[in-house]
Amino acid sequence: MTRVARAWSAVLRRAERRLPSLTRLRSPEALPIVLHRRRIYIVPTGFGLGFTVLLAVMVLGALNYSNNSALLLTCLVGAAAAGSMLVAFRTLDGIALTAIRAQTVVAGEDVPLTIDIAPGKRTRSSLQMDVAGRRLAFAVVSDVSVTLELALPTEQRGYMAMPRMRLFTTWPLGMFRAWSWLHPEHKVLVYPRAEAFGPPPRDPSLDADRGRPHPGDEPAALRMYRPGDPRRQIAWKLSARHEFLLVKDMEQPAPEAEWQLSWQSMHGMDNESRIARLARWVNEAHLAGYRWSLALPDRLFDVAQGDEHFHRCMTALALQP
Amino acid sequence: MNFLYALTHKVREAPISAGTFNLVCITMACVVAVHASHLPIWLTLLLGFALLASHWRRRHRPGKTPMWLKLPLTLGLLAGIVVWYGNLFGREPGSAFAVGLLVLKTFECETVRDVRVAVAFACFALMAALLSDQGLVVTVAVALAIVPALMSLRSLEPGQAQRTITQAALPALGLLAAAVPLALLAFLFVPRLSEPLWGAPAADTAKPGLSSSMSPGDLTELLTDDSAAMRVSFDGVAPGPDQRYFRAFVMWNFDGRRWDHGYGRRGEVAGLLPQGPVATYEITLEATHRRTLPALDVPMAAPEGARLSADRELSSNDRIDDVRRYRLSSALGYGLQADLDENTRRLGLQLPPNFDPRARALAQQWRLTFGQNDEGIARAALGLFHDGGFRYTLAPAPLGRDSIDDFLFNTHEGFCEHYASAFTFLMRAAGIPARVVTGYQGGFYNRLGQYLLVRQSNAHAWSEVWLAGRGWVRFDPTGAVRPERIAADGTSAGDGSGPWYQPAWLQAARNRWDIVNRLWAQGVTGFDALRQRSLLQPFGVREAPPSMLVTILASGICLLAAIGLGWALYRRPEGDVAQRALARLKARLERRGLASRASEAPGHYFSRAARFWPSQRKELESLGTLYNHLTYARSEPAPELARRFARMAREFRPPRVVK
Repeated sequence: MTRVARAWSAVLRRAERRLPSLTRLRSPEALPIVLHRRRIYIVPTGFGLGFTVLLAVMVLGALNYSNNSALLLTCLVGAAAAGSMLVAFRTLDGIALTAIRAQTVVAGEDVPLTIDIAPGKRTRSSLQMDVAGRRLAFAVVSDVSVTLELALPTEQRGYMAMPRMRLFTTWPLGMFRAWSWLHPEHKVLVYPRAEAFGPPPRDPSLDADRGRPHPGDEPAALRMYRPGDPRRQIAWKLSARHEFLLVKDMEQPAPEAEWQLSWQSMHGMDNESRIARLARWVNEAHLAGYRWSLALPDRLFDVAQGDEHFHRCMTALALQP
Repeated sequence: MNFLYALTHKVREAPISAGTFNLVCITMACVVAVHASHLPIWLTLLLGFALLASHWRRRHRPGKTPMWLKLPLTLGLLAGIVVWYGNLFGREPGSAFAVGLLVLKTFECETVRDVRVAVAFACFALMAALLSDQGLVVTVAVALAIVPALMSLRSLEPGQAQRTITQAALPALGLLAAAVPLALLAFLFVPRLSEPLWGAPAADTAKPGLSSSMSPGDLTELLTDDSAAMRVSFDGVAPGPDQRYFRAFVMWNFDGRRWDHGYGRRGEVAGLLPQGPVATYEITLEATHRRTLPALDVPMAAPEGARLSADRELSSNDRIDDVRRYRLSSALGYGLQADLDENTRRLGLQLPPNFDPRARALAQQWRLTFGQNDEGIARAALGLFHDGGFRYTLAPAPLGRDSIDDFLFNTHEGFCEHYASAFTFLMRAAGIPARVVTGYQGGFYNRLGQYLLVRQSNAHAWSEVWLAGRGWVRFDPTGAVRPERIAADGTSAGDGSGPWYQPAWLQAARNRWDIVNRLWAQGVTGFDALRQRSLLQPFGVREAPPSMLVTILASGICLLAAIGLGWALYRRPEGDVAQRALARLKARLERRGLASRASEAPGHYFSRAARFWPSQRKELESLGTLYNHLTYARSEPAPELARRFARMAREFRPPRVVK
């Protein structure tokens, strides 16, 4: 390595250390993200440049015609414009992105997000945020957090990284634009999209007793009357042939269906189609209140039901390689 | 409490709010108002009406203005200005057209971009108003008009909490106020051009002022004009009222009606022999758009950038288009041109033939009566004015062909120029060299401001008569008729007492107000390249070159920028005493190699620190216990405990880790 290249890389290292946002642009960072002077950039807007040219013309005219009043007021307007740069900086300095909350959705839907912005001890006007092609404008009052709501489009299952967001302001005069890039290290889980139509799950154990009456259709058993049983449950016709009263036992829980969902049960399908079908079955089983088990190539979820089981299964499906 | 504002994909394209449009209309109204003094009245009224119409239209017929409305309005404006001014180019029609276009711009102020363009050019038009008048009042008015302009720009920014108009005005005023130091610095040190880069603007209308010729009735307009002509501050005591004669033009040529100055006589400057006190003073002259510099009788030498004519009139090397300041010394008692050469004597006796026979006869008669006593003849003429039934009036009867005869024997009324003209004529007819001098006489001595205010209405004409052995001697025939015109600390030359609309208290107020104007003229308007260079005189720099000014400007800007950055970077410390002390301690310990983790409670942090520096275990653990006690044991931490924690944290010294 030549000396020049070494020196250059030293300069770059130093620049990255002094201006962390150069690197943070590329790598996401942990919450909370607090904006500070090394990551806030300011450039004049097009209007600012145009206004500067106009001011220059005014100064030149005032000097040429030795018109001191005009010179004084032009200087005043120019100084106010320059001061607005500091105001723009202060609007962003110290603001913090404290939390991001996302709901889970299936791929293809928009995921609703909330972003918490803490203003610190300063009231800030006219903040704007560019995120995923949308632009939000908001103001914050000192010490009161603001929650921004937005929706991000999703395309595929799995973890979706938060897009790079730009927090910027042109406050107060629109002549300077101060901005900072935010790239929070926050991932949004997107469930796989279930297939629209398909066969119900085929289970060998269910095949065996096909034709058995579906549970819940008929009284499951008869038993002897016990004092306290409601009268309408007494099977009068049957009791007539016996010496004692028989009661239709309705309270016995009907045997629930158990779906044994398995990655291996499907043949000749690619991974995504299997995931989509499994997702549909899991959805159906969850909605119908069935119990199900899920066997994936790398892990097995034993028979269970309920929200927690559902989310575990869907997460595993979402994260299938 | 959440503020969540509407999400719009393209905020910039959104139509502007009603509040913004109102502010733009106010800005445009201000532009029209500051230009009103030089716009024709019909245009001012029409523009005001157009502004109202535009406001009404946006309220009741929102949407784009159709072209069939915009085009005729613009063409109408153009036609009106061309018809009124004769052309479109030049300062007056140009600024009228610009103001008109700005008002019409409100008809198509729909987007953010429109408003920004309108406001930027409104700023330009506001500054242009100062080209025609840069007095204090107009300047302050323009400065105030900047406020609604800034407010319009602020109101364009999306996502603001709703505000009332005063809540919106205060920050804009604050921004302007914060800009004052930088503006003053730039104003003081931006190097002035010693010569204009391009042609200085030609005055469209010559200001009324002394002119280089004089015919009866010329001065009437001037004598009723109470605007300031110049201000004089004397070193030491000001000369008495009877000595306050400021000469501007010496007139030799008379064609029977008009006295003419020509172009000033060149040649050897008339010799001056001072006799008596010498006054040293500084004159601040308002712009006259001429070259002549009035000077107290009789200036001893020309100031820099000016020269003396043969008759000791001062004229500047360039035209006075701005306020001009110059220092002079004048001999109050003098012998001027003791020896009269033949040429000058002939000039001083020149009279048009075949005019005014009765006056000539009178002069011949005096010559017979008084013999060689020239001064006696002059006294006789003054006596004629004093006792001959003459009356001082600013509205005399018009004079016929033989204007002097008509005045002397017929109308008997007139003001200074009639008297000076007739007196000089009589002297010449009697064979005594004489000439008319015009300038200013008198003035109001402002005790508060210690200066003499000379108004246009102090314009005056008198005579100088050459007497053997004494040179040119001033005779003021007007004084013979109306002594108070000369002696009074007069404010106005009008006949009788002041007009009914100028009561005494108003005059007094105006005189005080004039001090402010004078300060403005001296400090701001008259701050030219010359005064800028002597700005650093109190610091021992006799003449600061432009490079030094630029250096000072740059360093001053750096200083102000540092102050501004300090303000921008300052953050109010967060948290209470203990939290701040903890944050400082953590920062210090981090430099020694123990960074705190984001998810770490203070107690855990301190126990980790105790493991990190076992030798300081006790102190660190007690710090941790104290902090936990402070923060979590009570809802309100006891202040003395917090202070104790802060002191302990401050005094904690982590051991140096030897690696």
